[in-house]
Amino acid sequence: MDSILSTSLAQLAFPEAVPTITLAHYLFVSAAMFVMGLIGFMTRKNMIIMFLCTELMFQGAGLALIAFGRHHLGADGQTFVIFVLCVAAAEAAMALALVVLLFRHRESLSSQSWKELNG
Amino acid sequence: MINTTLLSSMLALAPDAHAGGAHAPATSEVASGPSWILLIVALPMVTTILCGIYAMIGNKSKLPAWTTVVGAGIAFLCTVAMYLSFDGTPYTVHAFDWIQVHFSSEGGDKSMIANFSFYIDTLTIYWMLFVTGLATLIALYASEYMSHDIGTSYCRFFGAFGLFVFSMACLVMGDNLLMLYLGWEGVGLCSYLLIGYFYKKPEAVAAAKKAFIVNRIGDLGLALGVYLTFVHFGSLEYAVLFNDPTLLGYVESAKVGDFSAIPAMAQWIPLLFMIGAFGKSAQFPLYVWLPDAMEGPTPVSALIHAATMVTAGVYLIARTYPMFLASEHALPIVAWIGTITALLAATIGMAQFDIKRIMAYSTVSQLGYMFAGLGVLTPTGGAYHVLTHAFFKALLFLCCGAVMHGFAGQLDLRKLSGLRQVKGWGIVSLGMFIGCINLAGVPFTAGYFSKDTILAEAFVTPGYAMIGWILLITAGLTAYYTFRVFFRVFMGPVEYHPGDELHDHDHDDHGEANHHDAGQHGDHHADHFHPHAPGWAINTVLVVLTVCSIFASGLYIVGGNKDAHTKHYADTMVSASTASYHSNYGSHAFEYYEKDPEHYPVPGIGPRGTIEQPLEMPLVGGDPHKMMYYISGVIGVIGIALAWFLHLFGRTNAAECKMDPIARMFGPIPKLAENKWYVDEIYWAILVTPLRIGSHILHWIDKLFVDGIVNVFGFLPRLLAWILRPSQSGVLQGYAVSMAGGIALLLLTVFVIILQGGAS
Repeated sequence: MDSILSTSLAQLAFPEAVPTITLAHYLFVSAAMFVMGLIGFMTRKNMIIMFLCTELMFQGAGLALIAFGRHHLGADGQTFVIFVLCVAAAEAAMALALVVLLFRHRESLSSQSWKELNG
Repeated sequence: MINTTLLSSMLALAPDAHAGGAHAPATSEVASGPSWILLIVALPMVTTILCGIYAMIGNKSKLPAWTTVVGAGIAFLCTVAMYLSFDGTPYTVHAFDWIQVHFSSEGGDKSMIANFSFYIDTLTIYWMLFVTGLATLIALYASEYMSHDIGTSYCRFFGAFGLFVFSMACLVMGDNLLMLYLGWEGVGLCSYLLIGYFYKKPEAVAAAKKAFIVNRIGDLGLALGVYLTFVHFGSLEYAVLFNDPTLLGYVESAKVGDFSAIPAMAQWIPLLFMIGAFGKSAQFPLYVWLPDAMEGPTPVSALIHAATMVTAGVYLIARTYPMFLASEHALPIVAWIGTITALLAATIGMAQFDIKRIMAYSTVSQLGYMFAGLGVLTPTGGAYHVLTHAFFKALLFLCCGAVMHGFAGQLDLRKLSGLRQVKGWGIVSLGMFIGCINLAGVPFTAGYFSKDTILAEAFVTPGYAMIGWILLITAGLTAYYTFRVFFRVFMGPVEYHPGDELHDHDHDDHGEANHHDAGQHGDHHADHFHPHAPGWAINTVLVVLTVCSIFASGLYIVGGNKDAHTKHYADTMVSASTASYHSNYGSHAFEYYEKDPEHYPVPGIGPRGTIEQPLEMPLVGGDPHKMMYYISGVIGVIGIALAWFLHLFGRTNAAECKMDPIARMFGPIPKLAENKWYVDEIYWAILVTPLRIGSHILHWIDKLFVDGIVNVFGFLPRLLAWILRPSQSGVLQGYAVSMAGGIALLLLTVFVIILQGGAS
């Protein structure tokens, strides 16, 4: 487990207080971001917030990818994250446009205002 | 030896052409004829198509009529040319390949061949001569008769007319049973279309449907008969079928009265054909449609329902006569059904007041005579009666039609009288008179000779004397009801009341000046009514038919062939075809008699003598053929005298009837006869009503049970959807929760499986 990651700036700055940061820490942060995004998505009504929460979930997943990539000393993970970012950017453009359109129909950003699209 | 003679006599049409007989052509190698004969069939079809085009371009003239007259006329000329160029050998004319099915079965490879081709022999020619001839004349008549309907209806009438002639030509000329069936259905369709010509009139629509449905019952029999013929004999082509050694063998067995050698299947074929013939030719159980068919225009009644289509049944039996000979019961049934029909229809005809209905019942009755003729082993007599009847009955119908046309649809003989003396009706009266004496069997008329042939044969043929007596009585009744019409409508004091079809008489499409004679109108309400006398077209046709009816009796005298032992024209024509009876058997009957007198005469259809050498079956002490001339002549005159006494002698107005006190003596019988013996009501009660109830029950079973099952299969998915639909809540987060929960569940499952895998 002797990697570049293990001699990071943080470790240099706080040699005693900060123990060695392992893969598990990164995965924990990643999972925390993902779950926060998920909970936000499921609990908030505002569509823009919900969209931001999906971005948070994206970045959580991206972080996990980078962490694994660094762990295996490969570039695959980071490459993949670049792609994800691109897609996310495009998706952001689409999603925001959709939100604007939906807002124009209902004068509201609440996802509840589209409840009539039920079965 | 017998077999070759049989074969040759079937093939040798004018028997002098094949005197030797031993060198008859081989079975299926019938020569091919000239292709211009196809014109006879094609021209009527062309006129139909042209009439359709006229209707589309909105023609408002008599063009469809002239087209049809010219088309049918050329077809008639071609038929005459076919007759004149006929050298005695039957031939076929091939139009195109129609049905050719090849298949293999247990007995090896077989094929069913039914080409669109035509078989020309003397029977075909005999039939086609009067079919095309009458079609031409009646089309000419209809050109004037239908002139009130000029326009689309006029085109429709002549379109169906041409289609009828085409179908009839296919029926008569086709060289196989499927062609016959095609024509059979075609004439049925045209009959339906033309009976229902006045489709706005509910009675006409009901009559058309009745005719079509009753004919379907018969057609089922014919169709089954055709199937069975193919199954049993393996061919439908006349040229093969009637030279089939199997069939010839059956006829040989039948000749000596040995029916046990003939398989039941072969004996069933004629019984099935017979049902078809009874339907088409309006015989006893299935005759009910023909009187109602009088709802159609009169030219149609004359052509289709008197002269040509209804004789298709006679043609069928005559054409397949060897098959009928090979059945133990077919010909006796034909004879008895014909006799019953003749008597029944004559009794109904006596009590009707509508002159067209009387003629319709008379047609049914005379068709009964033809069937009786076929049944008592004289296809010649049957076919001769077909010919004479075609002329005189068409004439009678056309005269009735002229009356109906001129008197605004009046057909009640109680409201017309003395038309003979009305100006412009001389030709109609004369035509009616000639028709009536023919139908009544006045001596030396054509009807007298043809009826006598049948009557005499009934007495000659063993076991059929009873039929002869019934037919004699019927002949008396026929004479009475025929002259009842003539004496009431055409003789006596002048009086007429118009019918309910009064239309604007100012339009004068005949160029005939409407006369007005105040004295003739006298006391009745229709002072302003002018009967319009028939124009040149109707009169021409009536004159031609009158002449034909008179000269048809000449065919009884001329045209015999000594070598072929045929006595007269019709005999020569029929005996040289598949309908032959005499030429097959005549010379052999006595051999069998000498060999085996025990089995001779066989009740039913055993062999017997020829006309020249009759077996002695004396009728009032003499040869039936000679005695019948006197007996039936006397009976006919008695009938006419009775009609004269009751309906003309001392009658002072149209409605007076001396018959009433006499009718009362017979109790309820005249009333029953007037109501057609309630046959329609009986059919209604025992057939139509139960069928209707049954179909209502089936309708509800269908609706509740069958539809129910189908609806359940439609309902189940909807039920499922109804259960699952609430999950589509429309709340975005709800979907997210289910998705996340689903993935969580999936992961948990995978996790558990991995854990267990790790544990094991």
